[in-house]
Amino acid sequence: MTTTQVPHVNYLVLGDKPHLEANECTACGARFFDRRNACAACFKTDFKKVSVPTDGIVRSFTIVTFASPGVPVPFVAAIVDCGGTSVRGNLINVDPTPEKVTLGMKVRLATYSLGADDNGVEAIGFGFEPA
Amino acid sequence: MAADDIYILGIVMTKFGKHPDKDTVDLAAEAAMGALKDAGVSMADMGVLAAGCLMGQGGIGQQIQKQVGQTGIPVYNVSNACATGATALRTAIMAIKAGETDMGLAVGVEKLAGVGLLGARPASASKEWTPSGRFGAVTGTDGRIGTDNMPGTFAQVGMEYGHKYGGATFELFAKIAEKNHAHSTLNPLAAYQKRMTLDEIMNDVMIAYPNTRSMCSANCDGAAAAVVVSGEKLKTLSKEQQRRAIKVSASVLTSDPYQEACQVLPDVNTLTRIAAKKAYEQAGVSPEDLDLVELHDCFATAELVHYDNLMLCPEGGAVDFFNSGATWRTGKTPVNVSGGLESKGHPIAATGIANIWEVCHHLRGEAGDRQIEGAKVGLAHVIGLGSACGVHILEKSAL
Repeated sequence: MTTTQVPHVNYLVLGDKPHLEANECTACGARFFDRRNACAACFKTDFKKVSVPTDGIVRSFTIVTFASPGVPVPFVAAIVDCGGTSVRGNLINVDPTPEKVTLGMKVRLATYSLGADDNGVEAIGFGFEPA
Repeated sequence: MAADDIYILGIVMTKFGKHPDKDTVDLAAEAAMGALKDAGVSMADMGVLAAGCLMGQGGIGQQIQKQVGQTGIPVYNVSNACATGATALRTAIMAIKAGETDMGLAVGVEKLAGVGLLGARPASASKEWTPSGRFGAVTGTDGRIGTDNMPGTFAQVGMEYGHKYGGATFELFAKIAEKNHAHSTLNPLAAYQKRMTLDEIMNDVMIAYPNTRSMCSANCDGAAAAVVVSGEKLKTLSKEQQRRAIKVSASVLTSDPYQEACQVLPDVNTLTRIAAKKAYEQAGVSPEDLDLVELHDCFATAELVHYDNLMLCPEGGAVDFFNSGATWRTGKTPVNVSGGLESKGHPIAATGIANIWEVCHHLRGEAGDRQIEGAKVGLAHVIGLGSACGVHILEKSAL
């Protein structure tokens, strides 16, 4: 049986080496994960796809224990500096406690299943785990 | 007073808290009529009305007119997240500066008691993974790729400061809330006037580490309104009106300029720093001159970074600055003597006028038990996520 997979978001590239891909402004190098009509930094309109390093350090985090209906808690939301590109993602495969999650900790990109839809298509999400 | 100066002639805030028997228009009308009375003028004197109610259905300005006076003047309904009130005030100020009128009214109102988490959206229950939106997401991202809620967003703002400069512990942030809750006990218009111990704050329900419930702004109902007037017009008014008028020495509004990380965590720092710098230049005052500051402590973690952004301390020195006691009402630069949004409450669109009312109240020497003695210059700061920043510097009348 073959399972089709889709990424949670279109800037997550699946395959042997899952990684994130940004739209980089060819003029100034500003990087964006969503599609942009023009560059927010320099207003030029040409972008190219670039791979974002999968290793990073935690620059900020919060442990969310009270969230919107349907969002499982607790979870750790973080800002990870991946070689100069800031990435937003959850910290996974780590106890969600201030004792285990610390500023400056080294992490790496990891993927996990979000489950299958009615057509048997599996969505794959990403997070960062301790390196 | 110079002809092209702008003054606040009248300003009020309603009691913040729960107002189950009043709708937004009632609260806004109460504030509008209160500000007119405080100014000693009437709707007939107003040449412009700017109003905001962020969560409302729109058209709040005209709805207010129906209750306080329909005079045919231009109405600007403004919406700028938590900076909506400051934006309304600035809109009225700009109309006067543009020479369109010599007097205007600004109103901000919100009913938020019991609404719960802001920024919260129901998670989608998808049966088929279909990419949608600018990220091509097949399902909701809140809680899976970071957090969309305000407590977590601003928690990360404070933690980022800690990563950069150190010393920003859970206890430190809790101590900031302890200060604001202590200040609130002197403010009869605050939604909560309960002094809380550090233990109570740290052991309160955790919302988004390091922000516990008592470190979050209080959702509540409330309104605030201000009448602004040109210096030229003020000269024609009574000595008493001139004496109580507060000079708007600086009125600045900024949005967030591009920064590398702003797409993943809203940058509330750069636009505040730019607004503050511009405001100090406009007013010709320095941070050391400020007798009190009302800043946007939507969360305890936010207050810390704004000490730095408003240049109340050296860059990177916010932790030491707070630990020195400077921001307590007895300190060198009292911050949020109203109790701040954590205890006074945060009815969004009212906040950006209510913080100016607090400063004016002290500059007029009318703040009663919580009066900062001899206050002559104050600053009010507000941040709307997305982002917008309003900074106003206010000065006591020379009369």
